[in-house]
Amino acid sequence: MLVKMRNPRREVEMPGGRTVNRLLDDLDLVRESHLVICNGTLVPGDARLADDDVIEIRPVISGGAS
Amino acid sequence: MAVSGSKCRSCKEPAVIDLPRHNANFCAEHLLQLCRRQVTKAIEDYSMFSPDDRILVAVSGGKDSLAVWDMLVEAGYEADGFYVGLGIGDYSDESGRFVHAFAEERGLTLLSTDLRSDFGYDIPTAARASKRVPCSVCGLSKRHLFDKAAIDGGYDVVVTGHNLDDEAAVLLGNVLHWDVDYLARQLPVLEARDGFPRKAKPLVRLTERETAAWCVIRGIDYLVEECPIAAGNRHLHHKDVLNAIEKESPSTKSAFYNNFIENMAPLLAEHGSVSSGDLQHCTRCGAPTSGEVCAFCRLVATASPHEPVPVELVLGRRGRR
Ligand code: SF4
Ligand SMILES: [Zn+2]
Ligand SMILES: [Zn+2]
Repeated sequence: MLVKMRNPRREVEMPGGRTVNRLLDDLDLVRESHLVICNGTLVPGDARLADDDVIEIRPVISGGAS
Repeated sequence: MAVSGSKCRSCKEPAVIDLPRHNANFCAEHLLQLCRRQVTKAIEDYSMFSPDDRILVAVSGGKDSLAVWDMLVEAGYEADGFYVGLGIGDYSDESGRFVHAFAEERGLTLLSTDLRSDFGYDIPTAARASKRVPCSVCGLSKRHLFDKAAIDGGYDVVVTGHNLDDEAAVLLGNVLHWDVDYLARQLPVLEARDGFPRKAKPLVRLTERETAAWCVIRGIDYLVEECPIAAGNRHLHHKDVLNAIEKESPSTKSAFYNNFIENMAPLLAEHGSVSSGDLQHCTRCGAPTSGEVCAFCRLVATASPHEPVPVELVLGRRGRR
């Protein structure tokens, strides 16, 4: 599956078969700070991802609160 | 195709998001419903504004300000947007495009001003010229311009997109320093006073993961990239710390903030630690100020004659207060 990430923008190819939570753990990313979008749709932590999925991991933390 | 077994708490249809702090999963429709309910609760519990009020929403092009504008319009409020072009390189160019596209697609009224074309400076230049950190001159500029736009336009309240994560992180920073004056002012709504408009933060009961999910589900295009000046600042560090705690004990973040507002804010108010002193009108712009010339007009005077400074040159000077 193709995994797209931001800050900085990058794309990595990874084997499918793992859950969203597992993917975040494998990439050392915190669930509370990210949304995972699979083929254009939001997916929950237990969703199992397939080899042909296109995944976007979107950070949700903004920095300027003033 | 991703396969998931989790079901929406409300309707038992397949879920799109898990929210550990509610110990539940939600489908798209019921996630939106949860957001609407939390925003309604914040508006009502804190008496933020009423259906007759004219609202000015401070919009940046990021998820929170566009989400709150969308929610208020959807709920039937009369809400216009206000955007300030900060002159922070590509970030500002892009954020302006998102804000304009959002307003145009929905036929909403957007007021805007641009620091460079209207006041002769931008944030990197002001930071360099005044020898202050960029976020400090940025915050000062935005506050002044939001206030002025609201007063000039006859709006009843300025709404900002501050969410639970923002407020909890600021609270943590203020508590770590026991900054009593800042703590006393850290409220979800500030009443109008001395020529300043009322200010309200309807998203204080929603995390940023929830406001981002609102945008994704509602098809709102927003600028995901952050202001380059924010990278690595203390505020972001405080958010990371709180999310690390949240991971171990879900809903700690909301308890931290909500219990502060419920239990501590009334005590701080009793101490009356907020005193603005005697205010008069700025001789240049008329804004309320304790001196003769307000801080914004002094910043304009310092920054506008300065040669423009590109954003790259101030990236080492990070940070909020
Ligand atoms: S991070 Fe700082 S400089 Fe950037 S928009 Fe926010 S307050 Fe302004
Ligand atoms: Zn549902
Ligand atoms: Zn002034």
